[in-house]
Amino acid sequence: MKDIQEIVVISGKGGTGKTSVSAALAVIGGSELILADCDVDAPDLHLVVSPVEREREVFYAGELAQIDAKKCIGCGKCQTACSFLAIDKLGEREYTIDPFRCEGCGYCARICPSEAITNLPRLTGEVLISQIKTKTTMVHAHLDVGGENSGKLVAELKNRAKKIAKESNKKIVLVDGSPGIGCPVVSSLSGASLVLLVVEPTVSGFHDLKRVLELVNKFSIQSVAIINKYDLNENITNQIKEYLGQFQVEVVGYLPYDKAFYDAVMQGKSVVESHEGYRDKFAKIYKKIKEIQEKK
Amino acid sequence: MQKSSEKSFPKQKEFRVAIASGKGGTGKTTLAVNLSRWIAQKCKVRLADLDVEEPNSGLFLALPLVQRRPVKRAIPAWDQELCLFCGNCQKVCNFNAIIQTKSLVMTFPQLCHSCKACWELCPAKALHPQEYRVGEISFFQDENMEFIEGRLDVGQEQAVPVIAEVLDYLDENILLSGLTIIDSPPGTACPAVETFSRADLVLLVVEPTPFGLYDASLAVAVAKALGKPLAVVVNKWVADDQLLADFVQQNQVEIIAKIGESKKIAEDYSKGNLIYEDNPEVQENLRSIYDYLVAGMGAKL
Repeated sequence: MKDIQEIVVISGKGGTGKTSVSAALAVIGGSELILADCDVDAPDLHLVVSPVEREREVFYAGELAQIDAKKCIGCGKCQTACSFLAIDKLGEREYTIDPFRCEGCGYCARICPSEAITNLPRLTGEVLISQIKTKTTMVHAHLDVGGENSGKLVAELKNRAKKIAKESNKKIVLVDGSPGIGCPVVSSLSGASLVLLVVEPTVSGFHDLKRVLELVNKFSIQSVAIINKYDLNENITNQIKEYLGQFQVEVVGYLPYDKAFYDAVMQGKSVVESHEGYRDKFAKIYKKIKEIQEKK
Repeated sequence: MQKSSEKSFPKQKEFRVAIASGKGGTGKTTLAVNLSRWIAQKCKVRLADLDVEEPNSGLFLALPLVQRRPVKRAIPAWDQELCLFCGNCQKVCNFNAIIQTKSLVMTFPQLCHSCKACWELCPAKALHPQEYRVGEISFFQDENMEFIEGRLDVGQEQAVPVIAEVLDYLDENILLSGLTIIDSPPGTACPAVETFSRADLVLLVVEPTPFGLYDASLAVAVAKALGKPLAVVVNKWVADDQLLADFVQQNQVEIIAKIGESKKIAEDYSKGNLIYEDNPEVQENLRSIYDYLVAGMGAKL
């Protein structure tokens, strides 16, 4: 068993209840774990765990080109070289960088004959470290508007969380991941010890599960699943259960379609705090996950 | 920051609406497919699924496939015979996608952004571009509508090349009239920015919970930074409350329809059905949105 267990909660499809599940498990785990909100595009955990900010640090990743108008001779070579259509011509001798399109490859700066282009570190967002109501620490972030490099921000958050876990002698880092299968998800999977898939029994939820599980399996990471709103479509719930079985993915919990989850969020709480009945349910799920971890 | 001349709605060409959500699972795909199918009874519609990491629109449409082709981008290929081992390629790559040892040049396709610098700046022409598959684009059509789907291959990290390929297709094949509806990628990072930047209007689907409203306000900020007009459709609406009122006020947005929370709708959705067929109140919602779009275009669709 590795020193620090990193449990990553992902879903493929968005809105399946990933954050509600993460919040509930965070409350059950309490001070035994460090929490990391790595859904940097749409971070929501802070809305239900009452964070008190302790540290805030700007985070730079990658680069952004900048043209010095005084040095520019208007040759247009930069515009021709740019693969991202990030350089616009404003006037006869005036070119400008579109920061939303620039990927920071630096090619333009290398070929500019008048050395008018420099690459500056790119502001990606802010890393936040907060004390939360479960008497532990949460690492989270603000991604800058239209932020690039969200994968690097995710990697940074996970490193911070692991470091804090090590320093404070905690064994578990619980990561709320991003939807989809792209760079932030890949980044959240690297180094994970267990993946918790939150799945909903809908045609689209099942479709997306297959894709995200294929990705997880490429990383050879063990995964378990929670089927949320299992009673919405029991037919698909059964299909999902059977499908997961083929990949040795154990279903560690079933949650019903229940307004309690909506009510909890409206109160700024996790469902285990607002509805006592769920405390037991999530305690069992948490215990099961820990047992699976310890067996490894 | 925004590119010129897109402030007012165009009249003599298609109107392009990006259906977006900050948070995942708010009903973006549901609105995209239902609105498309319903409006297709009235005018020419095409739908593009740009949620390429998890493309779902097609599951609700079941249209006949017309054509499918791979999406490729260029990555460097190495020619050992010509290589001088000067180290320039490694030096000019900002993404650590190319590494040179004493006797070898290694490339890492998934890190490569296809900027061309390594092969165009190679003094010995020992690198040249080769095609690398990252996903696929599929074209579907029936008598009522056209549907284009972008799909990222599992294991690929960069969604933007697939999104850009679909958007390029849309730009090269602009409709003379009618509506193009885009099922946008969720979130506010590069995939969403690329999609919003090439739409006439962002239609934001919002779930009226603290999670949904917080994420929606991030998406509003992106649309504003890009200079795009935006309107809001509330989904899973329960009641007007202070939370929703504050969101509207703080973000200066207009709500053009509210689709009510309903287990019946959730069940219909779970089966892959179109939700307006069996829920007449949804048809009223779609009518409101249609009216808004027609008025917004300044011309009848």
